[in-house]
Amino acid sequence: MTQAARERILARIRSAVEQTPDVPPPTRDYLTAHTRDDPTQNTERLHRNLTEYRAIVHRATPTRLPTLLAERLAAQGAQSIVVPDGVPDAWFSACAIQRYGDRGPLTPAALDAIDAVITGCALAIAETGTIVLDGGPDQGRRALTLVPDLHICVVRTPAQIVPSVPLALPLLAPDRPLTWISGPSATSDIELDRVEGVHGPRRLEVVLLETEG
Amino acid sequence: MSDTFLGMPAFPQAARVALHNTTLRANLRHATHTIRAKRAQAVAELSDWEQLRDAGRQIKDHTLRHLDRYLIQLEQAVTESGGTVHWAVDADDANRIVADLVKATGESEVVKVKSMATQEIGLNEALAAEGITAYETDLAELIVQLGDDRPSHILVPAIHRNRAEIRAIFTSEMAAWGRAAPDGLTDSPGDLAEAARLHLREKFLRARVAISGANFMVAETGTLVVVESEGNGRMCLTLPRTLISVVGVEKVVPTWRDLEVFLQTLPRLSTAERMNPYTSMWTGTVDGDGPQDFHLVLLDNGRTDVLADAVGRQALRCIRCSACLNVCPVYERAGGHAYGSVYPGPIGAILTPQLRGTTSAIDASLPFASSLCGACYEVCPVAIDIPEVLVHLRERVVDQSGAGHRTESIAMAAVSWALRHPSVLATAERLATTTRALHPRRPPGVRAWTAGRELPELPAQSFRDWWKENHR
Ligand code: SF4
Repeated sequence: MTQAARERILARIRSAVEQTPDVPPPTRDYLTAHTRDDPTQNTERLHRNLTEYRAIVHRATPTRLPTLLAERLAAQGAQSIVVPDGVPDAWFSACAIQRYGDRGPLTPAALDAIDAVITGCALAIAETGTIVLDGGPDQGRRALTLVPDLHICVVRTPAQIVPSVPLALPLLAPDRPLTWISGPSATSDIELDRVEGVHGPRRLEVVLLETEG
Repeated sequence: MSDTFLGMPAFPQAARVALHNTTLRANLRHATHTIRAKRAQAVAELSDWEQLRDAGRQIKDHTLRHLDRYLIQLEQAVTESGGTVHWAVDADDANRIVADLVKATGESEVVKVKSMATQEIGLNEALAAEGITAYETDLAELIVQLGDDRPSHILVPAIHRNRAEIRAIFTSEMAAWGRAAPDGLTDSPGDLAEAARLHLREKFLRARVAISGANFMVAETGTLVVVESEGNGRMCLTLPRTLISVVGVEKVVPTWRDLEVFLQTLPRLSTAERMNPYTSMWTGTVDGDGPQDFHLVLLDNGRTDVLADAVGRQALRCIRCSACLNVCPVYERAGGHAYGSVYPGPIGAILTPQLRGTTSAIDASLPFASSLCGACYEVCPVAIDIPEVLVHLRERVVDQSGAGHRTESIAMAAVSWALRHPSVLATAERLATTTRALHPRRPPGVRAWTAGRELPELPAQSFRDWWKENHR
């Protein structure tokens, strides 16, 4: 049935366009980036754009990171966190709260009972204030960063920041599930008033972690 | 199309009815003006906007010219990544395929991400006939579904409802669909969003089957892309075991790299953001992450007819950003429902008559539902010359009415046709603006638009009076 439909659709397409002269692929004379690829500026810009979209952004050195994470979890009232396997244990040396790994794996209902998730990321895009997750070991499967209400994401700066969307895509693997996040979940469906926090994590905190290089 | 909004009056009548609804008009006006101002700013940030727009147009035109090749490539890539591809000639085909897939899972409920293609084919109604309940999860779609209503805007389907109306709908209807609205629900947008979150969360957590559309499909990789704000898309694309995506054939782009164009233009034009909160990309299935069973239903449903029309086919470039609605003076006054289809506004006026044909009164009147001011063309991120297609479709309507010999001026034909079809175009004299109608003003390009040109402020008045004043 669908085979017949396939042949029919393809035949209709061919007869629809056969008289049309060839259309060449696009000339790409747009810019690769709208800003200079400068490490300091990239970090500043990412910080600013994330903040504008209502993410809470912090700066930290590796030494200060565990204390910062413990402080933020406490400030947000989180009692429990889920942590993907690839996140270093050392990040939690100052945390006393209940910590889950993705064992079982956790069901959606189990995840719903956990307050927060802490992950790394694949990269971040400065111009648009975007963090991209690709399911790497320090990010875990998609459900982990979706169901808990608070997501704290650590970006290694400046290494993980690229200036623009055209510079980000070649670094990402299409065969991995990708989630691009630009600020917390939001809706403008009610009289176009922006409301943060609908179905995804209602609170997004980003830690810009200073690393060498 | 099966979803023909049965019994819809033709556009002019529907528009006049809408004009008497002052809530609707006030909401639309507030909404479209808010989006417009923000959008101009988001676009002005990109100095290469024109080049991006040009590239978007070129990518789509190239894809459409070789659509057979790219669909086959897409099919192969999706299949190799563990997905299953189905082909649907029309709405009935697609609905049957989806219903069979859902039944095969043994489930009788599905969660849905907003998708115009599934609205176009009337999927929810078709599933209901098979005993399957489809829950809309986009906040606006939820408002529309609970209110037993029709969407009126591509991006903000409940733009015609204000907060007091939404509160009333939630309070009276939520309980019948699942978790009831909290007691003492106020009409603050934050509280309303929270009520929706609670109502839908129980559905997400137990859902086994999800149905989505897609904004883009990448032929070379087999990747599907969904762009959204609320996170209901992520929920549907991640938590259920089975995912069924119903996507129009024109949504394919050739390469991964092509996304760099549309991921820059779409969010800035649609929600006036540098980037929308969430974009999901997936390729087939991934062990241990997300749906383990993925089906892609490729939908024709009239698209190949549109493709066969050398002038009209540019409508297939559309990326559904909804910018043309927000700049359209006719849409602002008439509202989305007057267009009688899931595709309202200027894009609806050229897409619907091509997808469905121009045999019904509403569809035949749609090409006339425009003043040809050209604002839609100027703003469009893929440079669809909507006025050009409108004029082209007017010719078609006139021809099919039998009034026009090709020797007769199309303008005169339009007038005489309209005079003989008073129920379709009640005020035929307005078509005497024929010279203007046949020579759509060529706007100077998008820079002029983004430099701050806005539509003139028009006083609130009836569609008829407004039309008369502006169409002489
Ligand atoms: S026609 Fe152009 S402006 Fe209108 S929704 Fe489609 S892409 Fe956007």
